[in-house]
Amino acid sequence: MADGNVVTAPGVPAAVAPPRTGTLQKIARRKSTLAFVMTLPLLVVIGGLVAYPFFYALYLSMLNKRMTRFIGLENYTFLLSRETFQGVIWQSVLFAVGAVIAKALIGFILAHVLHALPAKGQRKWRGMLLVPWVIPPAISTLAWWWLFDPSYSALNWVITAIGVPPVAWLGEPSWARFSVILVNVWYGAPFFMIMYLAALKSVPDQLYEAAAIDGATGWQKLIHVTVPMMKNIIAITVLFSLIVTFANFDIVRILTNGGPQDKTHIFGTYAFQVGIQSGDLPLGSAVSLFMFPILAIFAVFVLRGVTRRSREMAG
Amino acid sequence: MAQVSIRNVVKAYEGGVQAVKGIDLEIADHEFVVLVGPSGCGKSTTLRMVAGLEEITSGEIAIGGTVVNDIPPRDRDIAMVFQNYALYPHMSVFENMAFGLTLRKFPKDEIKRRVDNAARILDITPLLERKPKALSGGQRQRVAMGRAIVRDPKVFLFDEPLSNLDAKLRVQMRTEIKKVHQTVKTTTVYVTHDQVEAMTLADRVVVMNHGIIEQVGPPQELYHRPATRFVAGFIGSPAMNFIPARVENGSGALRLNLPNGIVLPVPADRTARYGAAAGKEMIFGIRPEHLTEPKNLDRDNIATFELTPEVIEPMGMETLVHLWLQGAEVCSRIDPTTPAEPGRPMQVAADLNHMHLIDPQSGRVL
Repeated sequence: MADGNVVTAPGVPAAVAPPRTGTLQKIARRKSTLAFVMTLPLLVVIGGLVAYPFFYALYLSMLNKRMTRFIGLENYTFLLSRETFQGVIWQSVLFAVGAVIAKALIGFILAHVLHALPAKGQRKWRGMLLVPWVIPPAISTLAWWWLFDPSYSALNWVITAIGVPPVAWLGEPSWARFSVILVNVWYGAPFFMIMYLAALKSVPDQLYEAAAIDGATGWQKLIHVTVPMMKNIIAITVLFSLIVTFANFDIVRILTNGGPQDKTHIFGTYAFQVGIQSGDLPLGSAVSLFMFPILAIFAVFVLRGVTRRSREMAG
Repeated sequence: MAQVSIRNVVKAYEGGVQAVKGIDLEIADHEFVVLVGPSGCGKSTTLRMVAGLEEITSGEIAIGGTVVNDIPPRDRDIAMVFQNYALYPHMSVFENMAFGLTLRKFPKDEIKRRVDNAARILDITPLLERKPKALSGGQRQRVAMGRAIVRDPKVFLFDEPLSNLDAKLRVQMRTEIKKVHQTVKTTTVYVTHDQVEAMTLADRVVVMNHGIIEQVGPPQELYHRPATRFVAGFIGSPAMNFIPARVENGSGALRLNLPNGIVLPVPADRTARYGAAAGKEMIFGIRPEHLTEPKNLDRDNIATFELTPEVIEPMGMETLVHLWLQGAEVCSRIDPTTPAEPGRPMQVAADLNHMHLIDPQSGRVL
């Protein structure tokens, strides 16, 4: 140490005077600047792949078919006046809401069954039940398409063997709607299962023990302990799945291509048909953006509930 | 309220590991019994078997005269306070306390009356609308107790309820628990690894080790007349000193030959009791408060000898002196005004009226 007033940290030469720093250097040394620089790649990716396409689609949806003139909300009002599109709205809602409810219920039951299995066998079953979710949907949907095939349908072979008349799985509107929902549920239920299983595992055993001593039956434990403890995961999973299911494309495209008579079209396939196949990009953009406001409002409410519950319960 | 009977109860897990190896215990109505012992001794398992949270491998548990082996927890009419409180995080304090009554379909005004009453006893009335997250550890502990009190069950079960609290709060809550028991008088089974908690709370203490009961008795009896070396060492802080000793018989009187050539005369009234140990290697046990600076020398059976302190620990109202006696560390409790210095030999007096003689083979106190 040089004198009584200067204390030098190990490894720092005492003789070096602190450098004079300019404004730019000061900004560069701020923690917030560093944080911004670190998140910049992500911001660029989100900007390029989410924000830009979204706003471009919004802009496109307000142009005429030749994309030469701004026409405001005309594409939207035109779509709403068409019977086919009204059907698409109804089918999309039926497809998404029906499939999400079924996935949530099946996932919930499967998660409970898995959770109740002894740890030893649980991993094996968990792996097997996840298979539908890890197979690329285009490939698994092709397999389903073969199962539904009018001439070679394995499903029909099974039901006729037990004396039930064959079903036109993809040829009759109601059955076609059922079939596309069925495949979506088959593909998506494992996601719910794994999310719910994780949530179940995070519920402390002592809460169930306390409930058992308080006098709860198995059903009461489910209603008063399990479900409230899983509410956030249920809400987030349903929200996420609803968004993804509304945006589904591949299952309907491969199985029915929107048919018969446009009765299975959903926003994704209809937007593709109108925008790409019929060459009306602005109208296609309008179709694809239709659910955005409703889903956005739904998401805000769900996420507000999640935040409130987290604040009340965590810790 | 009810008595609890535990008869030859065994708990064995897969692979044959026995957590509880056939214990018998009778707990009287209104009694406060504490199960104490080190980790893995089977105390919590025993409590959980009484609660119905663990199946009984063999034996019988009866509450209020009814065998409850096959009765689920909800029908045993018991209430339990858990180590981490197990409060329902999504319910308010009121809802937490009322939950058991709601499930049993009590009328709303009766639920409110009981919750308010319990809240008053535990001084948590202002907290009733809060969620558990907004409570401190001590407040959560009170709520957990309140949840048990409102049920007015036959038996209270406590599973290490103070372990998650800091030392100061633990002492405070200990008093609260004792007060609550004195008020409601419900039969209580309390599990802890802390012998101070056991001594201060219990009407009777059950000391467990390796799945068996070592001794059952009132706290003072366990302290002054331990049945085994384990109990002698477990109860009391600082622990009892154990010094290897050879018992010699010389002209009708017994004496103990300790290391360092120290010879202590066995009190005459104990000659018959220790007679069989003559000529054998035994363990001489004496508590630190009976190994002090020389005092009361005029009394019978006080023996003095010289030892050298290694470490001095002033505690304020007393000073602990750790002395080294060839092969055994010995703790002495002396008056804080007595001069003591590490490395400087000092005279210590052993009050042999309080000595214990332990058989090293069986571990029994003679």
